[in-house]
Amino acid sequence: MVRYPDRRGRFGPYGGRYIPEVLMPAVVELAREYAEAKKDKKFQDKLKYYLKEYAGRPTPLTYCENLSREVGVKIYLKREDLAHTGAHKINNTLGQALLAKRMGKKRIIAETGAGQHGVATATAAAAVGLECEIYMGTEDMERQKMNVFRMRLLGAEVTPVKSGSRTLKDAINEALRDWLTNVETTHYLLGSVLGPHPYPMMIRDFQRVIGKEAKKQILKKEGRLPNFIVACVGGGSNAIGIFYDFLKYKEVKLVGVEAGGEGITTGKHAARFASNKNGRKGVLHGTLTYVLQDKYGQILPTHSVSAGLDYPAVGPEHSWLREIGRTEYHYATDAEALGAFHILSEKEGIIPALESAHAVAWVLKNKNKFNKEDIILINLSGRGDKDVEAVAKREGVL
Amino acid sequence: MSRINEKFEELKRKNEGALIGYLTLGDPDIETSKKLIRCLLENVDLLEIGIPFSDPIADGPTIQAAIDRALKAGVNTDIAFEAVAELRNGGVEEPLVFMTYYNIILQYGEERFIKRCSKVGVDGIIVCDLPIEEAEGILQQCEKYGVDFIFLIAPTTTEERIKKIVSRAKGFIYLVSVLGVTGARGELQERTVEVTKWASQYVDIPLAVGFGISKKEHVQRVLEAGAQGAVVGSAFVDIIARKGKDACEELKKLSAELKEGTKKIKVPTSRVQKASVMENGS
Repeated sequence: MVRYPDRRGRFGPYGGRYIPEVLMPAVVELAREYAEAKKDKKFQDKLKYYLKEYAGRPTPLTYCENLSREVGVKIYLKREDLAHTGAHKINNTLGQALLAKRMGKKRIIAETGAGQHGVATATAAAAVGLECEIYMGTEDMERQKMNVFRMRLLGAEVTPVKSGSRTLKDAINEALRDWLTNVETTHYLLGSVLGPHPYPMMIRDFQRVIGKEAKKQILKKEGRLPNFIVACVGGGSNAIGIFYDFLKYKEVKLVGVEAGGEGITTGKHAARFASNKNGRKGVLHGTLTYVLQDKYGQILPTHSVSAGLDYPAVGPEHSWLREIGRTEYHYATDAEALGAFHILSEKEGIIPALESAHAVAWVLKNKNKFNKEDIILINLSGRGDKDVEAVAKREGVL
Repeated sequence: MSRINEKFEELKRKNEGALIGYLTLGDPDIETSKKLIRCLLENVDLLEIGIPFSDPIADGPTIQAAIDRALKAGVNTDIAFEAVAELRNGGVEEPLVFMTYYNIILQYGEERFIKRCSKVGVDGIIVCDLPIEEAEGILQQCEKYGVDFIFLIAPTTTEERIKKIVSRAKGFIYLVSVLGVTGARGELQERTVEVTKWASQYVDIPLAVGFGISKKEHVQRVLEAGAQGAVVGSAFVDIIARKGKDACEELKKLSAELKEGTKKIKVPTSRVQKASVMENGS
């Protein structure tokens, strides 16, 4: 199988480096430093050490007895919710924080939507010993107050972003502006498989650990590969992380689940692939990929009940894998995700992040399409503690 | 010879630098901004017209706000072309360039965009997020239709990159003189002067310096450091933000004052010396 991306950071036509000249030397340098670190056994050992002793890896692969009975197939969850800080994000932030340190940077900055990447970044910064500033849209700060407090507890500065839609996209704009200004001392710790090369490749590599572990675990438990692997897709880092080591097994169906929001026809969603009208190839935040936009290329506002999926573009490798027919993408609406949030909590005693609940919801709503021998592996990318308050409010309990 | 080249030649003969202005088309509304373009053109030598993009990562708060106003006013790429066609039909002769982000051009179609630039009289384009590595397709269209692709360089640009960029540059080179985003700054940073001196060794076409230039004194200093032009954006946009439809008089006043700063400049290095540095260096 041909390995992507190519030297220019292209996954087929997708990816690349669409950034201001000021940042070009920084991303060229980052690509070089990352290539070195990748080959450096000392760096890799250090990262392994942190993943095991600090983040608590490997995360378990849990068989869901009750849910399996309900759906009529075998369902396993890859428990990224049990990693330190409660989501897969820590895999990437530890990797990049150690890399930033190796590069001699003093400060890291990051954007955050749901707050999970912000918390994971602040955590890694504290562990490794770097200054940390997190950009977060004021709309998201309102939705995720506890995570704002958590980041501050961890010693990070949280800077509110009031421009545009005041969500993840605008937080990335502001973090990029900071990086433009402080590029000489600062590493931008991007949270998903987005942005200019080498970010989509590097973040994928840091998240591959999910799929590597899952493959070993499922082979041990079942003696065979799963029929489906299902993951939610915002930027798409948890999805590419679990998909990657299964790409070569064509019999394993890889399904990404986007945020259907209030439904595709309402226009209030974040389903880049589901919307024929507005989801097209475009450039946002340094990469060429599927983007929700109007006819003239203005980026459209998105909506999702989960802040982590509320983003108008998707990682370029997903666009490519979809184009060559290796992966498929569907969506779950807010209501379906909330339904799955309750079902998984009640049936299995696992409260999923609203993002991850989208993946669970897709499996639930398609239960008639599976064969009863099927094994389905869902990436439970994060835990739902952060969402409990918002869900309670939405349901009139608080 | 493009309108941009002719303008720089003409200014050189007069021993003047170029004052380059910027405004966002559609700020505060489409009709007003067409009038404000004419007001600015009384004193500026070349005008950058911004086509707004919803996510302008290289712009600071002043221009972000202008872009928001312009998008609310309903500007789009077709309207931008129509506006320039109207200005040209109305007798505007000064060089005009479009400044925007790549997605705007990509969605319009690279060839369609550049062809229409050529047709309506847009002399060049500046694309804030398109480094030379990603620009090959658009460079070919620009060459085909005779539109100048104006490259940006920055203080972080390496010598190797600058040489590569200079070899493909047309019209002028836009030096982003500080790290950061667009925006007026009270004092000219010392680094701006240093970077201008540094860049002018390599650049064998006109060099224009922008970001943080808002006063006559700033203009004088970058020209004395070896630039052939100074770009002023946020200071003009700020007037439009405050005065809206009544911005014309104040725009004229500030641009006249800044234009004074481009006259009778003592240029330190001659063109001949620069050319020899280029030869030795490459």
